Amino acid sequence: MTISADHTAPDTTSSAAPGNALTEAVKKFGITVEDYMLPARHQIQMVDPDGRLIPEGEQGTQPGHEYPVPGDKELLAAYEQLVVGRRVNDQNSALVRQGRMAVYPSSHGQEACQVAAALCLSEGDWMFPTYRDAVAVMTRGVDPVQVMTIFRGDWHGGYDPLKYKVGIQCTPLTTQLLHAVGVAHAAKLRGEDTVVLAMCGDGATSEGDFHEALNFAAVFHLPVIFFVQNNKYAISVPLAHQSVAPSLAHKAVGYGMAGERVDGNDVVALLAVLDRAVKLAREGSGPLLVEANTYRMQAHTNADDDTRYRESAEVAEWRAKDPVNRMRTYLTGRGLLDDDGEARIRDHAEAVAAQLREGLGEDVPVDPQELFRHVFAARTPQLKEQSAMLADELARDAAATDSKEAGK
Amino acid sequence: MSPTITTSSEANGNVSAATARAAASAAASAEAAGPQPVTMAKALNTALADAMSADSSVLVFGEDVGMLGGVFRITDGLTAMFGEQRCFDTPLAESGIVGMAVGMAINGMRPVIEMQFDAFAYPAFEQIVSHVAKMHNRTKGAVKLPLVIRIPYGGGIGGVEHHCDSSESYYAHTAGLKVYTPATVADGYRMLREAIDSDDPVVFMEPKKMYWTKDSVDLSELRRLHEDSRAEGTTAGLGTEGRAAVARPGTDATLIAYGPSVPTALAAAEAAALEGRSLEVIDVRTIVPFDDATVCESVRKTGRAVVIAEAHGFASVSSEIVARVQERCFHYLAAPIRRVTGFDVPYPAPKLEKYYLPGVDRILDAVDDLQWEN
Repeated sequence: MTISADHTAPDTTSSAAPGNALTEAVKKFGITVEDYMLPARHQIQMVDPDGRLIPEGEQGTQPGHEYPVPGDKELLAAYEQLVVGRRVNDQNSALVRQGRMAVYPSSHGQEACQVAAALCLSEGDWMFPTYRDAVAVMTRGVDPVQVMTIFRGDWHGGYDPLKYKVGIQCTPLTTQLLHAVGVAHAAKLRGEDTVVLAMCGDGATSEGDFHEALNFAAVFHLPVIFFVQNNKYAISVPLAHQSVAPSLAHKAVGYGMAGERVDGNDVVALLAVLDRAVKLAREGSGPLLVEANTYRMQAHTNADDDTRYRESAEVAEWRAKDPVNRMRTYLTGRGLLDDDGEARIRDHAEAVAAQLREGLGEDVPVDPQELFRHVFAARTPQLKEQSAMLADELARDAAATDSKEAGK
Repeated sequence: MSPTITTSSEANGNVSAATARAAASAAASAEAAGPQPVTMAKALNTALADAMSADSSVLVFGEDVGMLGGVFRITDGLTAMFGEQRCFDTPLAESGIVGMAVGMAINGMRPVIEMQFDAFAYPAFEQIVSHVAKMHNRTKGAVKLPLVIRIPYGGGIGGVEHHCDSSESYYAHTAGLKVYTPATVADGYRMLREAIDSDDPVVFMEPKKMYWTKDSVDLSELRRLHEDSRAEGTTAGLGTEGRAAVARPGTDATLIAYGPSVPTALAAAEAAALEGRSLEVIDVRTIVPFDDATVCESVRKTGRAVVIAEAHGFASVSSEIVARVQERCFHYLAAPIRRVTGFDVPYPAPKLEKYYLPGVDRILDAVDDLQWEN
């Protein structure tokens, strides 16, 4: 079987003669377009669950799918963020138990994906996260308390997407992938070299917007990386009920884009694969799909009971593949991390946790008039009327309370 | 790559009145001077071309809008005029079109997108309701979505199923969306240009049976007026948004209509005049925001009202209008407000639509029922 990419639309925004943009992009690898698009036969893995570097020939790479091990500085920075991310996940879960946060969909166990998704991007790039990607958003540089505002309950979001080039933490599954496509398209039309990373989970790949986003990105040949965290469950429904494709990365081929699978608990492999994907996208390869093979260690949210749909043995099996411990062992073994370094990183994580406890423990007063302030650029007469009605209602309440107090 | 495409904010800052006028006059050079018979389709097409000339961040995309110029030819010639980067066909996927437009608007563009027919917009409903309508609010105004969703709507063209829905109530019910619907050729031009200039998302409902309606209109004068107000940054206060029009003055009762029902209401008023009854016709123009003041001023004056709409009456824009007028004008009313709307049945097949659509006779019957003393 040969897969022809001849249907790929000409790159209408390129001044070069119309041709197959993907075929052009693949030439430098010396492999066929088919071999470029199909994921490597095995997932890319560089550090095994015991923290040992896997020999070069056994990392899952193959011609055209080669990934250099990232530099030590990048790996140390990633480890620090892993530790912070784990601490944040667990701190937030505790805050939910204490009633100081309404809900928190934890990415405990998926921190390697979270950290790599943020670290592979440059300042001018964009990220489009989901509700479970708070650690990625934080790693991108958004203030932790602003990130968690969505879960605190006083507004639907706490950070300015334009300031950080991070989309809203999106709840309706995969709708944000299309926003990522639009941001990339606008940038491309203006001749900017922005790369956009669009995040979703395994369950989300069943949604219609997943299909539409991948297809639009491929047809318009846009620099979008679709980063799928396959954590095996959509609330309670296992992957087998979502898809019987050979892998989620294989879905890329149908759109005329390249897919790759990577060990989602190995931050070394994740950075290697995502760094290269970002580089390729920036150079004009068009979109790519990266599937991270990971696991949601905790329930969907605090409102969920995962013992109803999965065995504890399965969870234990994945605990042994923990991304944080694995990286610590690897870096310590290579002499890049000592007790002092570890202590400094722990202190950093504790400081962030304290910041969250303080920021989220604070009882921020809400302003009822905020209800009307942001619906439109300017308030309509109807909203002015309703805002006055609420103000009057509150004034009468306050007056009633005052006279009651006075009468005591 | 086109170096001429900029972000909307830059474009707004950079396009001087002179530049805008120069672009406009270039587009106008092919036009004859003074009022001419112009179709609604031509007015909308001209508005798109003028908006694209005035602001390089304005992009047009959708299904068949490129080479073909749209199934109703509203985007005719735009690809030839502005290139494939600014007016282009997308894959056939409405959610994709709206979702991509959201991303483009986030990143500095002003997309004007076409849903081919009313009922074909439903796959995009989630993007429209969950994101287009809410992005400004949930980001406390940090992210504005200056995008226009053009939707040909309504019946009266003998269309097959899924081609004749009146879907305005879905959008009007959604907080955060503005809903415009022109009923005259001149408003077609004016309101589309205002919608494109708006920093809020606008669902622009085009009465498809009126695409071929001709009015005598001076497009270059409309263009000049718009460019002048745009250069002065005063479009918002002087435009049609939130301003209903008195389409025909009268004294005995008020007919309240919008979009495709306005010509029907005018025809009914004309017929009533022959019988000695003077009906005022109000053209709502923008359903959201709604002009309570103009509508209520008319009803307080006449004391009687009939609301006319093609859409099903139950839980609709027409029921909202009745409720608003009743709340504000109760003591001025000589009779209960009546409605003439489509029946609460799925839009019928072509040979049955004349029984479904509000027509002159049904409107006059409703007017007769308004408890006249004699």
